[in-house]
Amino acid sequence: MSLDEQVSAEPAKVESVRAVSRQRRRASRRRFVAAFSKQRGGVAGVVLLAFFVATALLAPLLFPSDMLDVTRTISNPANAPPSSEFWLGTDENGRSILALLAWGARISLTVGISASIITMIIGTLVGIGSGHFGGWFGALLERLTDWFLVLPFIPLVIVLASVLNSRGVWVMVAVLGVTSWPGTARLVRAQTLSVEGRPYLERAKVLGDSNWQQMTRHVLPNVMPLVLANTTLTVAIVILSETTLGFLGLGDPFTDSWGTMLDRASASGAASTGAWWYLLPPGFCVILVVLAFTLIGRALEVVLNPRLGER
Amino acid sequence: MALLEMRDVHVTYRSQEGPIPAVRGVNLTLDPGQILGVAGESGCGKSTLASTVLRLFPADATVTGEVLVDGDNVLTMKWGQVRAARWAKASIVFQGALHSLNPIQRIDKQLMEPILLHEKDVNENAARKRVVELLEQVGLPGRLADAYPHQMSGGQKQRVMIALALACRPQVLIADEPTTALDVMVQAQVLDLLSSIARDHGLALMIISHDLSVLATTCDEVLVMYAGKVVEAGPAAEVFEHPKHPYTRALSGAFPTIGDMTSRFAPSGLPGDPPLPGELVSGCPFRPRCPEAEDRCAEAEPDLRPATDEQFAACIHIGEAVST
Amino acid sequence: MTDPLLSGEDLKVTFRARGGGQARALDGANLSVSKGEIVAIVGESGCGKTTLARTLLGLEKPIEGKVWFKGEPLEYSGRALKRYRRQVQLVLQDPSGSLNPRHSVYEAVAEGPRVHGMADEVGQVTRALAQAGLRPPERFFLRYPHELSGGQRQRVVIAGALALEPEVLIADEPVSSLDASVRGEILALLLKLREELQLTVLVVTHDLGLAWNIADRIVVMYLGRIVEQGSTEEVLSSPKHPYTKALLSVVPEIQHTESIVLAGEPPDPTRIPGGCRFHPRCQELAAGTAAAVADKCTTQDLQILSGAAGEHQAACWLTS
Repeated sequence: MSLDEQVSAEPAKVESVRAVSRQRRRASRRRFVAAFSKQRGGVAGVVLLAFFVATALLAPLLFPSDMLDVTRTISNPANAPPSSEFWLGTDENGRSILALLAWGARISLTVGISASIITMIIGTLVGIGSGHFGGWFGALLERLTDWFLVLPFIPLVIVLASVLNSRGVWVMVAVLGVTSWPGTARLVRAQTLSVEGRPYLERAKVLGDSNWQQMTRHVLPNVMPLVLANTTLTVAIVILSETTLGFLGLGDPFTDSWGTMLDRASASGAASTGAWWYLLPPGFCVILVVLAFTLIGRALEVVLNPRLGER
Repeated sequence: MALLEMRDVHVTYRSQEGPIPAVRGVNLTLDPGQILGVAGESGCGKSTLASTVLRLFPADATVTGEVLVDGDNVLTMKWGQVRAARWAKASIVFQGALHSLNPIQRIDKQLMEPILLHEKDVNENAARKRVVELLEQVGLPGRLADAYPHQMSGGQKQRVMIALALACRPQVLIADEPTTALDVMVQAQVLDLLSSIARDHGLALMIISHDLSVLATTCDEVLVMYAGKVVEAGPAAEVFEHPKHPYTRALSGAFPTIGDMTSRFAPSGLPGDPPLPGELVSGCPFRPRCPEAEDRCAEAEPDLRPATDEQFAACIHIGEAVST
Repeated sequence: MTDPLLSGEDLKVTFRARGGGQARALDGANLSVSKGEIVAIVGESGCGKTTLARTLLGLEKPIEGKVWFKGEPLEYSGRALKRYRRQVQLVLQDPSGSLNPRHSVYEAVAEGPRVHGMADEVGQVTRALAQAGLRPPERFFLRYPHELSGGQRQRVVIAGALALEPEVLIADEPVSSLDASVRGEILALLLKLREELQLTVLVVTHDLGLAWNIADRIVVMYLGRIVEQGSTEEVLSSPKHPYTKALLSVVPEIQHTESIVLAGEPPDPTRIPGGCRFHPRCQELAAGTAAAVADKCTTQDLQILSGAAGEHQAACWLTS
């Protein structure tokens, strides 16, 4: 019996192939969730983050926006310590600190997540590109990475703000995205180089895969787990940077982020008057959110790279 | 008196899935000046067997039986005695020698280390002189003592590993896959070196390899291991040319004799894979792949039984056929 | 004599070596392979056999010389190379490394057909797996490489190459990382593919026994040149070149021939000796049996073998 007679090509099998591979993917997702839930730090981070995300989403409902309108709060006591009406007291304009914190969460999380997405996209593209392509193109991307790596973000914000004549939140997102991607790119490049050395990439080349197919089919799936873990940690860094910019007065003066709150707190002399309810809560919120992302990022690293967990 | 003797050695590893028996009852003796070959593929337990001689198995592994090095049982020695025995009584040339050298240390430092550790009354100068002697003994120029590993070729590194193993003048030398990953000409050089050292110094040499043909030319006796047990034993040339166990036949068939027309366009091999320790079938472990398996092979595991005066094989068919 | 299917003409490939200087990995090689032939390219590490294979595959561009396939020279444009990939395929040494651990067997074998837009992808995958001896093919679709044995993994790699319906398969050390008792089935598979599909196979190996087992012709390389070539029986039973003689004498087997163990190792390709490149290690020169041609050995480089099929050729002053 020749080989051809033994072959049974049944198109019906394709459906089952796809169905079973969907099942396998579902099973591996369940396994990931199970492994992640074993990481106590990660779970704590998720809970903490969920709290802040909920606060950010519900802020308009819990604290209607006119609570932040300076013209409406004149009648409130200014710089008042915590009381039954204002749980965390009020600022120099009589606005409830608690309301400000809730709305500030929206800024910090938006900026953090948006800038990190930009970082992830640019960093991954440049990282894989510089790792995969040799010659002048790869070297060019490498130099580009190095150049952006040393760009200081504070002067850049100042320059961009004056050039664009705006200090809106999106300027900050752009700046932070542009200055954070090199870190991700270097990490991705290192991982790409290690994947490139493996025989299955050469096999893909021999089978006829184009550069794009090699990068998306083989390199990217191997690099993505690392990128996701790294991006989570990047959010933490971005939020800290955004807070710094706000504190230095470089943020959007028309929005209230935790950073600008700290700026106003120190400007209004909260430290000397002992108004701890103004000075401390924004700082704590930043710490907690950064902690949440860091815990999640670390847990992701351990789950996605099992070797790290063995100590 | 035998320099190395193993009596009914069993080694069982502990794992999450339960105990994994890697070695299941091995006996062997090695006399001074004798070269013994241990043949087998992945999972047969040969490297584990070698690790028992210097008590290098993991702490949670269970080892029973006796491993006697120059009459003393290594398994029951006190820790201090084991440390003294390591390298001075018996030493190992490890598998993957090419990666076993410290890349940031010069060769002389690495070779001097065991000498200084074991021979307390030797100072650095004397140790360095001995290092140069050792290098010359393995056929390398003495000036290589100042070199770094990356400056040497694969063959040279393997020779350095042999020199390292000889540093404390051991009586027993175990070479674990000494020729894998080496070119055939360098392989011949290394094997020549090992056998001449064994003969000249009266060492007991054990060579472990999956390449039965390598063992056939260099060793006096050969043991063939499969699934943690010895399935054939006998004089090396006999076992290679006239194997009695079906597995040995398949293994030696994988190394065809050039010039023999019966192996021309007739590669011989076995279906399936060598079994992983802990995944053994009932009865004879070779049964799933054996071309001569019968129903009664599932009943019990056959012992080593004499096939000729000097050859033994653990197969139910031994002793039945009139001529083999 | 039929026209060769695949041939390399005067191929030269150089690499920039790590410490500077040019490594002449391939220093002029002629090789032609006919349809349905199995040719073994043997030699030690650094001899250029892998470079020759990669050049014939189009993965390396020679600085001199041409690769011919079916009478047409190989072009190195993206499109031409992609078309070439459907004719000549590669099987690498390490099957565990050759397969992406995240891809199932189906995806691994379907990669080729997908990239080339072949119709009836499932049919191609099924056929290729069956041809590679994995039956029933459907049972293997969703397995992952780590669930397979070494031999099965290598069959998957071979199936991946077969899925493109190539005419030539180049196998670089196809069995050296497999257990010894498993090698036979992969070698038998290659022979079967030659029988049933008229597949032409080029095997790169250091193992002379493998060549004896499955090759029609054998090509022996040393330091970038082919030093001997001819039918396997002729070359391995009556070798002409001293290097081949030495290699054969040390292959471990009970033949009771005196082994000629050459001293040292092949020099690296950045410093190829003058004259005959083998002369510093040549046992005939050292023993004085080559006295008649000794000065040619040390001063004159030999001509590149023409590689004509059917001839037993050796690049040695003693035999020319």
